[in-house]
Amino acid sequence: MASPSITIALAGNPNSGKTTIFNNLTGARQKVGNWPGVTVEKKEGTVNFKGHTIKVVDLPGTYSLTAYSVEERVARDFILNSNPDVVVDILDASNLERNLYLATQLIEMGVNLILVLNMADVARSRGIDIDAELLSQLLGVPVVFTVGKLNEGTQELLEKVIEVAGQKKDNEKTIYVTYGKEIEEELGKINEEIVKARPDLGSHYTRWLSVKLLENDPLAIKEVKSWSNGGDAVLDATRKSREHLEEIYHEDPEILITEQRYGFIQGACREAIKTSTQQKIDISQKIDLVLTNRLFGFPIFIFFIWAMFQLTFTLGEYPMNWIDSMMSVIQGLASNILPSGLIKDLIVDGILAGVGSVIIFLPNILILFFCIALLEDTGYMARAAFLMDRIMHWIGLHGKSFIPMLIGFGCNVPAIMATRTLESERDRILTILINPLMSCSARLPVYVLIAGTFFAGKAGTVIFSIYLLGIVLAILTAQLFSKTILKGMSMPFVMELPPYRVPTFKSLMIHMWDRGVIFLKKMGGVILVGSVIIWVLGTFPRNPGIFEKYAKEKHQISSIYAEKLSQASTEADKTALKKEMEKAIEELNIRANQERMAQTFLGRIGKVVEPVLKPLGFDWRIGIALLSGFVAKEVVVSTMGVIYSGGSQEKTGEKSLKKALKAEKFDAAKAYAFMAFVLIYTPCLATVAAIRREIGTKWMIFNVVYSLTLAWIVAWTIYHIGQFIA
Amino acid sequence: MKPLSTLKEGDRGIIVAINNNGALRRRLLEMGFLKGTEIYVEKYAPLQDPMELILKGYHVSLRVEEAEQVMVEPVSEET
Repeated sequence: MASPSITIALAGNPNSGKTTIFNNLTGARQKVGNWPGVTVEKKEGTVNFKGHTIKVVDLPGTYSLTAYSVEERVARDFILNSNPDVVVDILDASNLERNLYLATQLIEMGVNLILVLNMADVARSRGIDIDAELLSQLLGVPVVFTVGKLNEGTQELLEKVIEVAGQKKDNEKTIYVTYGKEIEEELGKINEEIVKARPDLGSHYTRWLSVKLLENDPLAIKEVKSWSNGGDAVLDATRKSREHLEEIYHEDPEILITEQRYGFIQGACREAIKTSTQQKIDISQKIDLVLTNRLFGFPIFIFFIWAMFQLTFTLGEYPMNWIDSMMSVIQGLASNILPSGLIKDLIVDGILAGVGSVIIFLPNILILFFCIALLEDTGYMARAAFLMDRIMHWIGLHGKSFIPMLIGFGCNVPAIMATRTLESERDRILTILINPLMSCSARLPVYVLIAGTFFAGKAGTVIFSIYLLGIVLAILTAQLFSKTILKGMSMPFVMELPPYRVPTFKSLMIHMWDRGVIFLKKMGGVILVGSVIIWVLGTFPRNPGIFEKYAKEKHQISSIYAEKLSQASTEADKTALKKEMEKAIEELNIRANQERMAQTFLGRIGKVVEPVLKPLGFDWRIGIALLSGFVAKEVVVSTMGVIYSGGSQEKTGEKSLKKALKAEKFDAAKAYAFMAFVLIYTPCLATVAAIRREIGTKWMIFNVVYSLTLAWIVAWTIYHIGQFIA
Repeated sequence: MKPLSTLKEGDRGIIVAINNNGALRRRLLEMGFLKGTEIYVEKYAPLQDPMELILKGYHVSLRVEEAEQVMVEPVSEET
């Protein structure tokens, strides 16, 4: 039996407590995704109430419904095209005037609207007394009070939703903003042409369209243009009306309309709201005296960031170690139980290792997003942006980009997921694209190995310079992109500084859990599959002949030395011979491994890309290391261990790898170029998956191509300058 | 009449005009930056940019280069 289903859309200004209401309505039954085609987050949930199944869609928080930002377009399109049964507009009751601006536009769209005056307690404590009944009468819309953080008024809201959804929209009762005689006359003219061209449209819609056309709204104009006939007449009438109004008022019609809307709101507020003379005590302002203080603002900010890093990457290390040892226990068990062979290798080295590389990130992500939710829900994030904007704006970014950039030094995956705190799509894309240049902690082992080998004594300085190189490249890239591919998408900064609030535990947990689920579900699969693919490429095709051949050689060496040993007379000779034998076997192992690797798909790809890497001084073996680094950058080290020092790292240790590298014709220039390449070249699989998930396949491909190109150019430059100096 | 960016911490002004025809003007209008609205300069950020303003009972921050385009009539403190 299908229960009656109702769809409601939640609209409202940012910071109006919309998310809290959404959480109160739907609890944990949420689905987080993206709106089709854009990088704006879409949240949906359902609630069962009195036999009704109510689907709740959370629209992006907006101040208006113009066509000028992605968020506003998304909200508007959903209301117009998906026809939700009820639109619930969440308003901050303590800041009603500005919040009602969006409401006037929703009323104009002719939707079944409910106004929710949220944070009613704050309003009351500020001495704001709202006569809900009168306000409801004046606006022609039902009004409900809620206190989101205490979950008050949720039942009443649901009751109202069912009541309103059951009613037919009463056209007579709709109270429009009246725009004054002159504008109304012009609206009438445009409306007349619209009705002539499209008699099938409802009167709400034609009225709304007339207003939008007079406002010069590009989407409305586009729609009218698409009509098969009559569209030109409508646009003609619009143009005339706009010219006429500009002549009278010497002002753009869209400004006149905005002013009239605010005038209408002010009229309603004057009647329905009484503000007592009692001086409001603004705690928020007092907190800000300290937190954005000229002297203490930055130190406090740095402390918070430091604390967040400590929690995420230091505290997070404990659960990460548990997961790590748990995974090795499971891997150990699996390799004991399973019979030797390909299946075992696939499960242990391919799948289980892949799963491990996914869930190892989970503690970081959960802790970090708990912290970020805390910063956001308290209102501190806006202050952080306020503090940092000067610096970030210079780079071409928004103040809020700072935190994702910083997190990037820990791990780019949560950093990219954290860009959701940015409101404008352009800032989000730019911040994500340059984020991988923040050298994450997985790249550090590579620097430590290489710098430690070739720049002994000044390894610290060299590694620092690599980090610095990343930052400089990020700044240059940001400036390049904001002047080219992202040009013209720049949004005004204008940012509300919401009052400080005590966050609800529930909302923090939901936020944290959301990110965890997104990571496991949407990215986990990709990372897992990728790890298995790299494993397959590095294993197949197998050539048992190699093993036999080298086993034979090994046997020969052993027998030769066994004979020599038996003939040796002194103890010293014996130890020298033993050493010689070990060395010979080690060399043999290296050769065996290299030959085996060269025959695998990975090795063959390495050989194929060798000509491209040659100008940088890299050969196919470095190619293989870099390819395998795609799974996770720290893998570069272990792959080099396998290739250069024969056998696994645990057995031979880093020392022998260093020795082996030194024996290769690695010089300082090549070593530095290699580190730079590891820093810049295509981010790891998890990061690439995160980029795709946040801003889509197109930008992901762009990022991969760009980073490879940049890595090549920078490494080439370094290599050649280095050689020139030498 | 002078740009909002020339006001100092604690100054008040009444909006006279917005000298911008693009996204900034629209955004400011819908946030309530209308002619005749009183604005209070709460503070400048530690690096002197952006600035924090109070209007219509809420706090908002603007970059100095944006505030330059908002023309205000300063209000002298009489009270």
